[in-house]
Amino acid sequence: MAQPGTRLVFAPWNDPEQKPLIQFKNVTKKFGDFVAIDNITLDIYRREFFALLGPSGCGKTTLMRMLAGFEAPTSGTILLDGVDIAPVPPNKRPVNMMFQSYALFPHLSVWDNIAFGLRRSDMPKDQIPARVEDMLRLVRLEKFAKRKPHQISGGQRQRVALARSLAKAPKLLLLDEPLGALDKKLRQDTQFELMDIQEKTGTTFVIVTHDQEEAMTVASRVAVMDHGKMVQIDTPDRIYETPNSVYVADFIGDVNIIEGNVIDTVDGKVSIEWAEGQPRLLGTVGEGVAKGSRVHYAIRPEKVAIATQPPADRANVIEGVVHDIAYLGNISTYKVELPGGRMMKAQVANDRRIARRDITWDDKVWLSFTDTAGVVLLG
Amino acid sequence: MNLRRLFLILTPYAWLLLFFLIPFAIVLKIALSDYAISIPPYTPTLDISAGWEGFKEFVSELDAENFAFLATDALYYTAYLSSLKIALISTVLTLVVAYPIAYGMAQASQEWRPTLMMLVILPFWTSFLIRVYSWIGILSNEGFLNQFLLWTGIINEPLAIMNTQNAVYIGIVYSYLPFMILPIYAALEKLDESLIEAAEDLGCSKISAFWLVTFPLSIPGVIAGCFLVFIPALGEFVIPSLLGGSDTLMIGKVLYEEFFSNRDWPVASAVAVVLLLILIVPIVLFQRNEQRQREANQ
Ligand SMILES: Nc1ncnc2c1ncn2[C@@H]1O[C@H](COP(=O)(O)OP(=O)(O)OP(=O)(O)O)[C@@H](O)[C@H]1O
Ligand SMILES: [Mg+2]
Repeated sequence: MAQPGTRLVFAPWNDPEQKPLIQFKNVTKKFGDFVAIDNITLDIYRREFFALLGPSGCGKTTLMRMLAGFEAPTSGTILLDGVDIAPVPPNKRPVNMMFQSYALFPHLSVWDNIAFGLRRSDMPKDQIPARVEDMLRLVRLEKFAKRKPHQISGGQRQRVALARSLAKAPKLLLLDEPLGALDKKLRQDTQFELMDIQEKTGTTFVIVTHDQEEAMTVASRVAVMDHGKMVQIDTPDRIYETPNSVYVADFIGDVNIIEGNVIDTVDGKVSIEWAEGQPRLLGTVGEGVAKGSRVHYAIRPEKVAIATQPPADRANVIEGVVHDIAYLGNISTYKVELPGGRMMKAQVANDRRIARRDITWDDKVWLSFTDTAGVVLLG
Repeated sequence: MNLRRLFLILTPYAWLLLFFLIPFAIVLKIALSDYAISIPPYTPTLDISAGWEGFKEFVSELDAENFAFLATDALYYTAYLSSLKIALISTVLTLVVAYPIAYGMAQASQEWRPTLMMLVILPFWTSFLIRVYSWIGILSNEGFLNQFLLWTGIINEPLAIMNTQNAVYIGIVYSYLPFMILPIYAALEKLDESLIEAAEDLGCSKISAFWLVTFPLSIPGVIAGCFLVFIPALGEFVIPSLLGGSDTLMIGKVLYEEFFSNRDWPVASAVAVVLLLILIVPIVLFQRNEQRQREANQ
């Protein structure tokens, strides 16, 4: 269908023809009275790299354990390839899980840990060593093959757990914080390796991560969870650019949130009154926003420009005083105090040397942004 | 500070000296003496007032002929061998009975575990001797077991269990069961549930997950339990003499008879010393196992 010259976009969730690999249908999981998963309906497609994001205790691991077969939903059904998987025991599911606690077998060497699943599969015995070697190379642990899990470092253990779950090349891979203990460099390399594996084998990945950057880098879609509910499921860029709630906007990345009342809506534009004596904010109408509603205006710091002179052509201009500057190498974040004590952050790429920077502490500055730069969110 | 350390180090050694090495030296000394009709029933005795000369004479009268005697009379080494056999078989039987119990306890829910543990320890609250005696009431020809089996019609003649080695096995398995259950339970209880899940996730059935993960990880507990049963069972006296009858030859019984029936303290002491030497092997192995486990846990 793709026209010559245009790139085929991977977005099976927009294609009604596509059948999801995994379907959660009104799945609820309770532990006693505690609702860990609250009525989730969710489709995950073949070859997806699906990232679960959310605060600690929101139910990410529980969701995965239901896919792996260690917890049964209290109500609702989970379908794999259109078939209800409730009666299928964990060892018969084409699913492998990397445990958050690693769950390495302490009595077996690194090598035997990785070979464990292969020995239980129908892989011919003489092919197992080659596969294990491949996995060891992938996670760069060739030298540690003979060690026991208690003789290697935490990060190395995490890599063994990753290698062990990858070894069988299952249809569906569940990775519960697979890279948390690795240093940045190794983490990035491993992320690319994972994406590479995914490209080559067509495995579907569901990955839990606390690292948004990681979710943004690897994921085809990101699901943001809160208290057992799915708050938003979308592509990384849409999650970032058009969060559907203050919760998502705040959870992903850095954001300025300004509370105010909608004074007027004209031609898809809203004007928001947010502080006494300040010019109204102009924004684009969001879902359900009407005259008189209480709203939050969310804008990313990098979309806010900072200048020493009032800019002429921006829809929104606010005057303030530089309160703090955080120098992060490639970028600087200016924390600007607005009249009334409110803070607003602006982020600027450092394309000049520090010495030639023209804004400094306590300078009077003008912050400006367009009327499409932020999102207007209800509540 | 240093004094404190010295004290800490010396305490166990002092304990060992007072309650093991000194008694052992006394027993060894008697084993090296000769039988005599006197009080105490052996010679020589050390006369401290005779000084150095007296001590030299005392030492010159000690000899190893009791040990030589043990080697010449078949009774002794058959008794040792038979004890070894009985201790080994009953250790295996105890393991077979104890493992499922320990496994069941470790699987039980958190709130039940203390109760189950209590039930395992409870028999210790009554006298060991009474508990072994009561087995006579169960196992004898007119005992509960035979009466019950006759009543159900499974058998027509009473089973002769009493005064056989089978009765000894039953007695040992019953008496030492807690020593096997507790270390196995301790090993199984600290086993991380997610390891079993990981095994199942990687394609194991529940049974193969047990043999590939649960059992290997419980081996230190199994070894500890086996030693805790084997070591005392080897020298066991009460159970074979109450339940085993004349059929059962065990070194503990021989020892008792030498002391109290024959009043031959020197030979009895020699029997005891040899028994101790035999036991040192498994005791050292046991200590090694414990040590290894402690190191693995660090
Ligand atoms: N077996 C259980 N019994 C009772 N409550 C449980 C059980 N397992 C999980 N929970 C609860 O369910 C909630 C979700 O747990 P879950 O492990 O899925 O969180 P998570 O999102 O993975 O958190 P984290 O990021 O910290 O790993 C938590 O509040 C937890 O206390
Ligand atoms: Mg978790």
